[in-house]
Amino acid sequence: MRRVYLDHAATTPVDPEVAELMAQVLREVPGNPSSIYAEGRRARALVDRARGEVAGAIGADPAEIVFTSGGTEADNLALRGVLKAREGEADGIVTTAIEHHAVLDTAHDLEAHGQARVTVLLVDRTGRVSPDAVRAALDDRTAIVSVMHGNNEIGTLQPIGLIGAICRERGIAFHSDAVQTVGALDIDVRALPVDLLSVNAHKFYGPKGVGALYVRRGTRIATVQTGGGQEKGRRTGTENVAGIAGLGAAMRIAATKRVAESARQARLRDALIAGIRRTIPDATLTGHPSDRLPNNASFCFSGTQGEALVVSLDLEGFSASSGSACTSGDTEPSHVLLALGLERELAQGSLRLTVGRDTTDADVEALVAALARIVARLRAASGTPVPA
Amino acid sequence: MQTAEDAYSAAALDHLTRPRNPGTLAEPSGTGADANPSCGDRTTITLRVDGGRIAEMRFRTFGCTAAIAAASVLTELAGGLPVDEAAQLEPADILNALGGLPPRKEPCALMAIGALRAALIDARVRAST
Repeated sequence: MRRVYLDHAATTPVDPEVAELMAQVLREVPGNPSSIYAEGRRARALVDRARGEVAGAIGADPAEIVFTSGGTEADNLALRGVLKAREGEADGIVTTAIEHHAVLDTAHDLEAHGQARVTVLLVDRTGRVSPDAVRAALDDRTAIVSVMHGNNEIGTLQPIGLIGAICRERGIAFHSDAVQTVGALDIDVRALPVDLLSVNAHKFYGPKGVGALYVRRGTRIATVQTGGGQEKGRRTGTENVAGIAGLGAAMRIAATKRVAESARQARLRDALIAGIRRTIPDATLTGHPSDRLPNNASFCFSGTQGEALVVSLDLEGFSASSGSACTSGDTEPSHVLLALGLERELAQGSLRLTVGRDTTDADVEALVAALARIVARLRAASGTPVPA
Repeated sequence: MQTAEDAYSAAALDHLTRPRNPGTLAEPSGTGADANPSCGDRTTITLRVDGGRIAEMRFRTFGCTAAIAAASVLTELAGGLPVDEAAQLEPADILNALGGLPPRKEPCALMAIGALRAALIDARVRAST
């Protein structure tokens, strides 16, 4: 059966050019970038080139890019690194209820160990955090504000320019997890007042297990792991040369495709939303109606449960995900869906569809038709009256 | 690739895509419901008893694949049985009929049995009053 992959927010397939480059690096560049002889210099050159590619794509200086093992490590480094650098001076973390666990759990872990005071800001029903709420939460001991750029579940974009400007006025470090938006939206740190920005290669057709943290020059940040001192001591450990080369190439390719591809994906997203609303009129769109990731269509369907939606779609050849996993024992609709103020039972019927470079109009039409049948069947089984 | 086919048996997936006896009976002899408070799933069973046997049975389930499949297959297992035999059905019977469920989904079989037993008790109470 032909599969239609509609879970690009979870991960994207590696671009063939990226895969080819990485294979070549693994085969032909055995050196350690820290070695001063020829093999090492060759590896170093690849890492340097990738650093330039990542920096160039977001308007940064190459020295401001720190390679990591992915988005989670970048988020950890941002929060833990800034808190550690400000130890004894500032300990406040201000963040939002819809952050990725990599941010929220890190903040709460720091708090649990007495290393931070955490303020979690609520969002409105569209998933937006108010810049005024950020301003009101700041105090003299706030060390860092962390607000994600685009939400991975519901797609809502945050006003990070406004929030960053507020932080800059107060001299407070501003971090944004931009894992969902790098490669999809125009991000230029020369114009955007962000001090730390998390990047994850596998969200834009690069490999898994590699990412980066942009650290604006002058931002006070300490290392959180100790060792050989790579990445100017900010993230020690022998560089993942092939992965970093892949990240750089993926970033460069994404930058060339971005404008046309994001517009094309936004059109497919809008077709998905319109098609689902036509065939399932009481579907609840989650996230912001217009200010959302160009590839994200997320919904809740009353009378259905997310796991049954995902399994039913899988049987018909569609890959999608739900923010309400049922593992019978510890099931909760995701913290993001609950933060929107959705009724718990409605939040259980969540479905996230995220299109990508390989998604076609025909895929969208097929999904809309299959989903309407599946929702009707699950509602018949649950005895949910369908509003006229 | 891990797909639905790997996680669930063919029988369970068949009950998801072709639920048996979904709905509610208009004039049941008994109605029973059970829920799994930890995940919010719930199943309601209505049945009609005739001559000491379950003559008809319907289920309603709001829940995951396992919860739907367990209730659906239970209507096949219990339908036509004498009520005292139906009352002896256990979660293991559902798991056997489905060719197993993923281990963490086994409580879904218990929920279906709970709803059936509640419906049988309701039918007995109503018959005696």
